[in-house]
Amino acid sequence: MQRHLISAADLTRDDAVLILDTAEEMARVADRPIKKLPTLRGRTIVNLFFEDSTRTRISFEAAEKRLSADVINFTAKGSSVSKGESLKDTAQTLEAMGVDAVVIRHGASGAPYRLATSDWIDAAVINAGDGTHQHPTQALLDAFTMRRRLVGRDAGIGQDLSGKRITIVGDVLHSRVARSNVDLLHTLGAEVTLVAPPTLVPVGVENWPCEISYDLDSTLSKSDAVMMLRVQRERMNAAFFPTEREYSRRYGLDGDRMAKMPEHAIVMHPGPMVRGMEITAEVADSERCTVVEQVANGVSIRMAVLYLLLGGNEPAVTHTRTEEK
Amino acid sequence: MDTEHDKQHDEADARAVLEAPDIARVLTRIAHEIVERAKGADDVVLLGIPTRGVFLARRLADKLEEITDRKIPVGSLDITMYRDDLRMHPPRALARTEIPGDGIDGRLVVLVDDVLFSGRTIRAALDALNDIGRPRAVQLAVLVDRGHRELPIRADYVGKNLPTSLRETVKVQLAEEDGRDTVLLGAKRTSPGAPQ
Amino acid sequence: MSKILIRGARVLGGEPQDVLIDGEVIEAVGTGLSAEGAEVVEADGKVLLPGLVDLHTHLREPGREDSETVLTGTRAAASGGFTAVFAMANTFPVADTAGVVEQVYRLGQEHGYCDVQPIGAVTVGLEGKKLAELGAMHESAAGVTVFSDDGKCVDDAVIMRRALEYVKAFGGVVAQHAQEPRLTEGAQMNEGVVSAELGLGGWPAVAEESIIARDVLLAEHVGSRVHICHLSTAGSVEIVRWAKSRGIDVTAEVTPHHLLLTDELVRSYNPVYKVNPPLRTERDVMALREALADGTIDIVATDHAPHPHEDKDCEWAAAAMGMVGLETALSVVQQTMVETGLLDWAGVADRMSVKPAAIGRATGHGRPVSAGEPANLTLVDTAYRGTVDPAGFASRSRNTPYEGRELPGRVTHTWLRGKATLVDGKLA
Repeated sequence: MQRHLISAADLTRDDAVLILDTAEEMARVADRPIKKLPTLRGRTIVNLFFEDSTRTRISFEAAEKRLSADVINFTAKGSSVSKGESLKDTAQTLEAMGVDAVVIRHGASGAPYRLATSDWIDAAVINAGDGTHQHPTQALLDAFTMRRRLVGRDAGIGQDLSGKRITIVGDVLHSRVARSNVDLLHTLGAEVTLVAPPTLVPVGVENWPCEISYDLDSTLSKSDAVMMLRVQRERMNAAFFPTEREYSRRYGLDGDRMAKMPEHAIVMHPGPMVRGMEITAEVADSERCTVVEQVANGVSIRMAVLYLLLGGNEPAVTHTRTEEK
Repeated sequence: MDTEHDKQHDEADARAVLEAPDIARVLTRIAHEIVERAKGADDVVLLGIPTRGVFLARRLADKLEEITDRKIPVGSLDITMYRDDLRMHPPRALARTEIPGDGIDGRLVVLVDDVLFSGRTIRAALDALNDIGRPRAVQLAVLVDRGHRELPIRADYVGKNLPTSLRETVKVQLAEEDGRDTVLLGAKRTSPGAPQ
Repeated sequence: MSKILIRGARVLGGEPQDVLIDGEVIEAVGTGLSAEGAEVVEADGKVLLPGLVDLHTHLREPGREDSETVLTGTRAAASGGFTAVFAMANTFPVADTAGVVEQVYRLGQEHGYCDVQPIGAVTVGLEGKKLAELGAMHESAAGVTVFSDDGKCVDDAVIMRRALEYVKAFGGVVAQHAQEPRLTEGAQMNEGVVSAELGLGGWPAVAEESIIARDVLLAEHVGSRVHICHLSTAGSVEIVRWAKSRGIDVTAEVTPHHLLLTDELVRSYNPVYKVNPPLRTERDVMALREALADGTIDIVATDHAPHPHEDKDCEWAAAAMGMVGLETALSVVQQTMVETGLLDWAGVADRMSVKPAAIGRATGHGRPVSAGEPANLTLVDTAYRGTVDPAGFASRSRNTPYEGRELPGRVTHTWLRGKATLVDGKLA
């Protein structure tokens, strides 16, 4: 049985629904005077961050602390990719300290997979984002947010996202969020459309379980949720698009475009937003935008994942693809 | 939970110790006892322990409302995350914790469960309550007390005291979950071990 | 005195014959040969080939003796059945002067396991800006005829043109590492379905093909010969096929790993599969096999690229590119070409000995197995089946993609000018 969470593609539909259902119960802890559970008392979790990501680290840390785990934060300064042995050495150091789980963020695609399948360490590995590969807990919190908004908080229990139409817009090529979401949303029965300029769609995308469109306007009226991805301005210099202005004109979400969406449809963003680039302030601050909610949901999802992977004598989540050595 | 819902358990071998009318009768009795001991049950909050404790709590609440003609707050308290045997099993699916709107601070909380056995569930429930608020007092109502306590815990309201051996299983079935009301006493198929 | 009688060897896979070696040369080939006092090697139906020649080896010395030395690399070569290897120029210092190439050449001669023919850098420091002293390297004791910036592409069209022209004066050849640098910035693996999923930087086939197309046209324009290193795509095959049909003097090589492995293996994120050019798709593999069979691709070259353990025991992006190949090359070719019926053993001799020797002008190598020829020979137990265990490698490095894989065939004997360098699978 797999005891890591490396890729959203590894989750079965039932695994994913169990995680969402568990997160729904975890969310209730946040409403209590004492937002803490004794469940992971005595377990040690390391947040191993080779890339700066204060948001994701804080979210995991909050989840770990709410479950009473002992938390160690390890932020690697500088680039580790230039010194390959540092991941192995760090892993072996942590192993010697007796950690139960490693939450890893790494700039190199596949680093968490490598950690989980190497003989460097025994601990459970949870991928908190690797290169342009995967960010499974982000996809889970996005799915959680969609289920709450589009199906219902209580009505959603036990349910997936069958028939929901999700549009993901922006820099798909460099986005681990897009990859994870396509995998998970497909598993949960949603219909996914990716919208991007052709330069920001990877070669080989034809095998992904989703539709591709270069035209945002034509997809809006058929979307239950529109997820905007961050677009880094620097991409402009590598000729992925001509100018920032042209990008936001063709692929940015403004009030006029939002008005074309069905009334119930929501706007999502994994953050941090580049206002004026992929999203206008008007949209970002509107009722329909779930950015803040997504942050809160992130803690619940991560509590659920940690509980299901570490809360017992073996993980409750089965995996289909990533095999343990 | 203390109840053993053994999938392998052969119901044909089990003997009914309480039938539907008995269950209804003991719940009525417990409701009256609560009113009596809680002096009118003004501040009572019933919290059922999932799964079957929740159904029993709702039934008790209905009876209390009949007796007192007042709305009785009823909720559920999932104790999974507080169990002391988490590391002995795969993680279990969580059940709902639903605290009535006015909370539990300063109130008399009556925990409701189907079977009282080792007492570990109630220990976990007391811990869970501690994180939710500060009741004036906590009492315990159970449908069946089968003995074999491992902790200094006793019930305030007992539907039926049922002396059992560790080789036996006690299975509570309720209409809401199982389609009928009954308490079955059966023999364990596997070798007897520690409770839970 | 030093007579060796190889009895019952299937020369180039033909009927069993005896081969008598006297000193450095083959004295006779026939049936029922006998010789007083000769050491007898019972070949028992093993296949006898001319000593293999590798046009593309990284021996790492000078500079990276932690991964390989001329000694360990030539021992690995002898183990794999090679009697001559061409040592690539990307050492530290770069083999861009007569001094460095002579040093490498001399080390090969001293150790005596395998002839080492240094390849000279095309440009100073492999930087692609200024021609190295190609003539001086040619005139040195090393007698360099093959020039390559391998590891880097000579991407400047003018420099490439000049190099192609310049080496004509002494019959040299430029071996191009075809990789358009801008199209491969940050590239980690073949660009396609798998890279899209794994989120690893894509290495498009066109980055290789565009350079090959340019270079065959340049070679045609200036009337030079050009050699293309490690072809890896079906498109490259098409371009070379077209160029040959036009009469352009182009030769091409394929590595054993590109004949067998695909980018699906990268799903493991195990850097042992990280190589330049990257592993491609099944379709490419099939096109390469076919091209090697029909002669579009002239030779197999190993691109033996040793790396120390730590350079592979890490995350994918941080890992070095390359695989060792000398000790598994013939087995991979047997599996992918012989056992598939695409090549017979005479064809293998042609692609792994005769043609590479001809392209590199390695005199005395790639000769027929017949009387009067230098006794550079390789005896192969083609019936052998075994799993690859890197612990048994003679190479200093262990970065093989075949660990634990079953491969057919095993070289049991290698003779370099009549001197046994490998006997019963053990280095002499």
